[in-house]
Amino acid sequence: MTVDPRTLRSSSSFPPHVIAEIQRAADQGLYEIRGFGAKRALPTFDDLVFLGASTSRYPLEGYREKCETKVVLGSRFAKNPIELKIPITIAGMSFGALGANAKEALGRAATAMGTTTTTGDGGMTPEERESSETLVYQLLPSRYGMNPDDLRKADAIEVVIGQGAKPGGGGMLLGQKITERVAGMRTLPEGIDQRSACRHPDWTGPDDLEIKIHELREITGWRVPIYIKIGATRVTYDVQLAVKAGADVIVLDGMQGGTAATQDVFIEHVGIPTLPAVRQAVEALQGLDMHREVQLIVSGGIRSGADVAKALALGADAVAIGSAAMVALGCNKPVFVEDYQALGTEPGCCHHCHTGRCPVGITTQDPELEQRLPPDVGARLVRNYLSTMVLELQTLARACGKSHVHNLEPEDLAALTIEAAAMAGVPLAGTHWIPGR
Amino acid sequence: MARLDLAEMSLRQVNGELQALEAGVNDLDWRIANPQGAHAVAVGLTAPIRLTIEGHVGFYCGGMNQNAEIKVEGHAGPGLAENMMSGAVRVTGNASQMAGATGHGGLLVVEGDTSSRCGISMKGIDIVVKGSVGHMSAFMAQKGHLVVCGDAGRDLGDSIYEAILFVRGKVESLGADCIEKDMRPEHREVLAGLLAEAGIDADPSEFRRFGSARKLYNFNIDHADQY
Repeated sequence: MTVDPRTLRSSSSFPPHVIAEIQRAADQGLYEIRGFGAKRALPTFDDLVFLGASTSRYPLEGYREKCETKVVLGSRFAKNPIELKIPITIAGMSFGALGANAKEALGRAATAMGTTTTTGDGGMTPEERESSETLVYQLLPSRYGMNPDDLRKADAIEVVIGQGAKPGGGGMLLGQKITERVAGMRTLPEGIDQRSACRHPDWTGPDDLEIKIHELREITGWRVPIYIKIGATRVTYDVQLAVKAGADVIVLDGMQGGTAATQDVFIEHVGIPTLPAVRQAVEALQGLDMHREVQLIVSGGIRSGADVAKALALGADAVAIGSAAMVALGCNKPVFVEDYQALGTEPGCCHHCHTGRCPVGITTQDPELEQRLPPDVGARLVRNYLSTMVLELQTLARACGKSHVHNLEPEDLAALTIEAAAMAGVPLAGTHWIPGR
Repeated sequence: MARLDLAEMSLRQVNGELQALEAGVNDLDWRIANPQGAHAVAVGLTAPIRLTIEGHVGFYCGGMNQNAEIKVEGHAGPGLAENMMSGAVRVTGNASQMAGATGHGGLLVVEGDTSSRCGISMKGIDIVVKGSVGHMSAFMAQKGHLVVCGDAGRDLGDSIYEAILFVRGKVESLGADCIEKDMRPEHREVLAGLLAEAGIDADPSEFRRFGSARKLYNFNIDHADQY
């Protein structure tokens, strides 16, 4: 007997993936831990469009007139600010979460493009330092692998308070990825689940943070910029306090930001999207008369030159990419399909970074899987992707008549939805209306 | 002996001068006068000098120390010798919170008491406290030794990994996954060595040993009530 499909109606409250999750929880008694970022639909930069030049604005010739992309980071206090050739950086990702080949590929690509890459939980590897001409060294709550020699080798220091995928939560690296080398760098036994601390061990609030940053500057002779990275939640206050604590640069990571492993409930339900976070951060900086004085790097769901252009138009100085860089490396690519299936997933849906069985050799410590990503191949892929993003960014900036990408401004934007208009603080397309103003 | 006076020099000048010293430096004995509670005094040193600080210091004194032997004649603020790699730091008075936090190596001696979270996230440092330590000491301690000649506050060794704790006095309570363990001869020998190195006269046989039960190393739903 067949069932008439027209009579079948699934519940909006209990769609198939919710039913599957409830039954998985009932079987296992543990929250879902996974990688990647938020999968739910969120207001994004896609909800904004540029108002290209016409009679009231004067465009630049797309292939002839210069459109500068250079950015200086860390000019507030550091003797040696960082000069980026492009306003796109590589976000912090740990050796441990990523394999050595992936880290090296990212470093080589960033170096070729004149931008920075960033260490992660677990410290700095020699290969990473060697492959990255300009390397940002993260100071994380766990302090795994933190040592003053590496600190002095860094071109900038990023004090990580939170990340967009899990503001208020610590890192997580499950035992299957804790190999001998990873364990050694983190001073932990092999094979244990490594749960990084969610807050720093030697300071407890913004006043202490100011003193901590002072210590880092004293150790490094005030040479390198100090970044503060925050997950997007109470952005206005956090940005104000980061400025007060003495940050040269603020890195703001929206809830679309990825992770190698954390609780699904964290990824999907904590933090605010990047779109409103950028506006709040810029307004907070402007309120302190520190916009452009303290630079703002925005991350979380940046995928294209259009996203970069929109973030810059809203007032960011640069962006950082993490998940998108991994996708460029081959994450979720439809190859080695049987290995995706062995993980219980398919290309395009994989978020199994936490398992260490990455089918394309990125988020793994398995030597055989890692061979699928030769560093030179990976470097070329990421370099091509970055080049494409920059060309897209310049195309949009020129269309708006800008000779430097930093000249993009909110006035160049319109929103396609009321929500995006309210969040980004730009008018709903076809109106002069910004909800809430 | 060289003497740097913080009443006459900036902190940057003092730290810069000490940081510029190299391994083969001739003048091994240095003093800092008038610290007056300054933060980040003598941080990031690398040369094997003997440095005496004549007075109290604020946050992070001796932070990330390598090779230097630093003595504070007074009390120390939070984060004393944080992330120390090697060398030694000694405080004749008390130390505030988070003494020896995340230290990878070297020896920290506090002749008085320390506040909470002494040895938090320690990664190989040895800490000897002549007095008592506050709550949550050795929280998430990964490696190294914490010796407490007095008492330990509540939740000692919470979520501890492979660090080893010795306490002579009372322990108010143990944190998650921290248990008392047998004190075998090899532990007494290690403890005797640490006490001798710290210059503290105490009988190792009066101490108890604590460490990880290793039940929380891999998540098990049946242990969820301990988190």
